[in-house]
Amino acid sequence: MCTLEKRGNLFILTFTGEDQHRFNPNLIGSLLSLLSQVKAEATRGSALITQAQGKFFSNGFDLDWAQAAGSEQGAAERLHHMVALFKPVTAALLSLPMPTVAAITGHAAAAGFVLALSHDYLIMRKDRGVLYMSEVDIALTIPDYFNALFREKIGDASVRRDLLLRGLKMKGDEAEKRGVVEAAYGGESEVREASVRLAENLGKRKWNGEVYAEIRKGLYPQLSAILGLTHKAYTIARL
Amino acid sequence: MCTLEKRGNLFILTLTGEDRHRFNPDLISSLLKLLSQVKAQATCGSALITQAQGKFFSYGFDLDWAQAAGSEQGAVKRLQHMADLFKPVIATLLSLPMPTIAAITGHAVAAGFTLALSHDYLIMRKDRGILWMPEVDIALTFPDYINALFKEMIGDASVRRDLLLRGLKMKGDEAEKRGVVKAAYDGEAEVREASVCLAENLGKRKWHGEVYAEIRKGLYPQLSAILGLSHKVYAIARL
Repeated sequence: MCTLEKRGNLFILTFTGEDQHRFNPNLIGSLLSLLSQVKAEATRGSALITQAQGKFFSNGFDLDWAQAAGSEQGAAERLHHMVALFKPVTAALLSLPMPTVAAITGHAAAAGFVLALSHDYLIMRKDRGVLYMSEVDIALTIPDYFNALFREKIGDASVRRDLLLRGLKMKGDEAEKRGVVEAAYGGESEVREASVRLAENLGKRKWNGEVYAEIRKGLYPQLSAILGLTHKAYTIARL
Repeated sequence: MCTLEKRGNLFILTLTGEDRHRFNPDLISSLLKLLSQVKAQATCGSALITQAQGKFFSYGFDLDWAQAAGSEQGAVKRLQHMADLFKPVIATLLSLPMPTIAAITGHAVAAGFTLALSHDYLIMRKDRGILWMPEVDIALTFPDYINALFKEMIGDASVRRDLLLRGLKMKGDEAEKRGVVKAAYDGEAEVREASVCLAENLGKRKWHGEVYAEIRKGLYPQLSAILGLSHKVYAIARL
């Protein structure tokens, strides 16, 4: 499932096990609970790394669980349910009072890619793993908050079209070159080390977490509005 | 303070002196007054260059003046006051009926960077000077018009994140490479010459100023809306 550990100033959220880390209501509930914990324990200098074990970062929503409803309509309802349940996870990350890093050591598809993209910085493997929005291939439309996330996080319209409208499976070197991820490294341990280094460097800036979260929301105003995140003006200036 | 001169078709606005050209209410109102003068004297073929003497383009709002209020609450109020006073400066630049160029020969920080970014073209030094938004480091959030300015002027979401959420100090070569400035040159004289050269070339197009301003506003609709700039349809076509 998922675990949370604290290493100095770093919060490390890990999807454990060698499976596809698919999001079903239980896992989504755990994620939300752990992110609340991170928020509650945040201090100046905190940073979050989200990572996973095995070949997958996450392959998205649990389609098996959806289909276990027994009918096409039931499956559609279960999918909609997970889309709705997952929205607060995106909202929690968008308003988390600390820098966030996604350490992508395996495939990140659909909601798994959305989870990664909800972080401030994405670090990925060059040699293995793809970013993939499978929805066009399985005839699913994209929820409004997914669209807003892609629109505001990825400025290049051709990249957005390739990912969402073409179902491109993007490897690490292309993702780095086209600005979807911050950096790509050749190997799992390199990605983990780089993520820790980045998180530590960001933590050293000792930013005021509330102000940091407000600035982040200001960077993504349409997404923040869709996620129902309110906007506060802070002037706790360290003049 | 600041001066305005006319050189042929070029209006040259200069922040004079070797100081940090920090914006306090006096300087802001001088700027506004001079920009109104530019607008009033505009003709087909006009262009504006905004430049500064010394090591600084501008270091932003006058924090000393803010702190002279005597209390934290008073300082915060003075900061908000300057942010409010500064909004019409951006509005005037956004609606100026001629091409505009910022010749950045020194550090452009916070509101100083904002002033530069409100021009159509930015020319910068490679060898000296940085662009920097320190707000995240001093725990200040951004007014809505600053968020809108960055969003619509800088398409690359990673660049915006680096500038606003990471407080990156960006030098000229990186700014040119990442599309924040049009061009970067080695040395003060080269920047000034390139700015004059560009301004003259743009002026030779003899654009209809009102139409030029409308097209500019149309490029930045969200910013224009926040600045309260209305939209006019012109059909003074030179068919």
